[in-house]
Amino acid sequence: MQNITRADVEDFLFAEAELLDEWRLPEWLELFTDDAIYYVPSTDVPADSSPDKNLFYVADDRFRLSERVKRLMKRTAHAEFPHSRTRHLVSNVRIRSRSDSEVEVAAAFITYRTKDGVTDIYFGSNRYRLVAENGRLRIKEKRCLLDSEGLRTQGRVSIIL
Amino acid sequence: MNAFQRMNTALMVDEAKQIFKVSRQAFVDPDILEAERTRIFDKCWLYLGHASELPKPGDFVTRQVAGRNILFARDAKGILRAMFNTCPHRGAQVCREKHGNAKSFQCFYHGWVFGLDGALRSQPGEASYAPDFKERSTSNMQQVPRFETYRDFCFVCFDRNAETLDSYLGPVKEYLDIIGDQAEASMTIVGGTQEYSMRANWKLLTENSIDGYHALTTHATYFDYLKATNGGLVPVPLEGAARDLGKGHAVLEYKAPWGRPVAQWIPMWGDEGKREIDRLYQGLVTRFGEERAKRIALFNRNLFVFPNLVVNDIMAVTIRTYYPYAPDFMTVSAWALAPKEETDWARKYRLFNFLEFLGPGGFATPDDVEALEQCQRGFRNSTEAQWNDISKGMGKETPAYDDELQMRAFWSNWNKHVFAPSA
Repeated sequence: MQNITRADVEDFLFAEAELLDEWRLPEWLELFTDDAIYYVPSTDVPADSSPDKNLFYVADDRFRLSERVKRLMKRTAHAEFPHSRTRHLVSNVRIRSRSDSEVEVAAAFITYRTKDGVTDIYFGSNRYRLVAENGRLRIKEKRCLLDSEGLRTQGRVSIIL
Repeated sequence: MNAFQRMNTALMVDEAKQIFKVSRQAFVDPDILEAERTRIFDKCWLYLGHASELPKPGDFVTRQVAGRNILFARDAKGILRAMFNTCPHRGAQVCREKHGNAKSFQCFYHGWVFGLDGALRSQPGEASYAPDFKERSTSNMQQVPRFETYRDFCFVCFDRNAETLDSYLGPVKEYLDIIGDQAEASMTIVGGTQEYSMRANWKLLTENSIDGYHALTTHATYFDYLKATNGGLVPVPLEGAARDLGKGHAVLEYKAPWGRPVAQWIPMWGDEGKREIDRLYQGLVTRFGEERAKRIALFNRNLFVFPNLVVNDIMAVTIRTYYPYAPDFMTVSAWALAPKEETDWARKYRLFNFLEFLGPGGFATPDDVEALEQCQRGFRNSTEAQWNDISKGMGKETPAYDDELQMRAFWSNWNKHVFAPSA
């Protein structure tokens, strides 16, 4: 992964944001490796906490993440039916470390979600561990660290951040 | 007195005709919220926190309870304290951190220093104060008028003359015992607080938390998920009873097809899980006998303690409390409770269970939030479309878990408080 540049990572993350904003969630899921994890820790635990010992908001392994996607594409996922309109903004992208097999990336995010005349703002930092599979970047870990104090006023993480 | 209070009730009840209706004004009227503040939240016992959150002397958390800022601390002698988090000097919040460990608390405004018990220790310019200044109780941080604990559940009450917590809880204690007895040593809060909000009236969450009727429709995707998990369910039908525990308290007690870390095994947990669950169950039998062990292990409980505490002993144990900020806005705090001594395996699956279903990132709670917010939107029509119906199961000898007895228990008591003649 020594030749991956920040621009490569940015292109990848911008494409990810677009898939989420267009609700192309099955395609978005394909960005993840088979052993991927997606975490949204609660906001009063340290950033590197484990969901095995702490209560999180979201702690998905690849299976549960795929179930989350299936759920969100159903009419019976009431929280997101009809779908919210969202805009995922990605900024301050930085490669924090790299090895032969992966890069660690931090990216600030602001995500707007609008539904029924109410707009909520989610903000924080996404920490990624990216690997290369068949010459393409894949997400092995996405850890979404909210900067807000809890989910007030957002109320829920019914979209993918 | 406003027009609504002159009506003297929010309920339309006719037992013979099995009518129980609640006026939707109760969810939207600011005068009602004001009456709730003075007649419910200023009078009832309210959940503050769990003793396990403060294991060591000097541990503290700051918390909002019914609009007050409370400093919940364990003092140097190990005694739990609930104090108003305000400097007796000029009013600033003394402790500004959410949680931590301290040797003393210092108000940054003028530098007054208080012990962990709230007693004034020192203040700059001491020589300028009266000689007995430090001996005056008014120089200390003020303790909450009433602070009592049952099985590590810590409650405060702002009414000095309220009945004891023991008497207030009454039959609720039996259910807190069932939860407490799941631990051999003691129960503990597991790190991480879920803090969220809903653009809905707080009483909608009371109803929702003890509503066994909505699960299959509102939470259809959760059941889809369990079915997809290849052995995430056991062939146990959803069935059970609802009980009115008096004073607005209520409980649902029922069987359900999901795994309970204490102690209903599901195939998804595999052999390791089977051994662990068997061991836990045997422990319960040894300590309490077969009958009580079964009740603890195989039955779920949604326990509601009036006015705003929910302890769900379901696929995990949750503690949830919530407060109104406006008729159409509430804040919610939720914690996970678990046996302190449980294995890493059990802890992990308990938290997984919690997350899958519960909380604002789970596969169920976001849909509850949506439902409650949609109710609140529906109440915009309350001038014309005036009534909610909660008559399901009226007249039955033993109302089922998916009847609405528990809501009627809540509302009857709520109505008594809010429309009580002024003292």
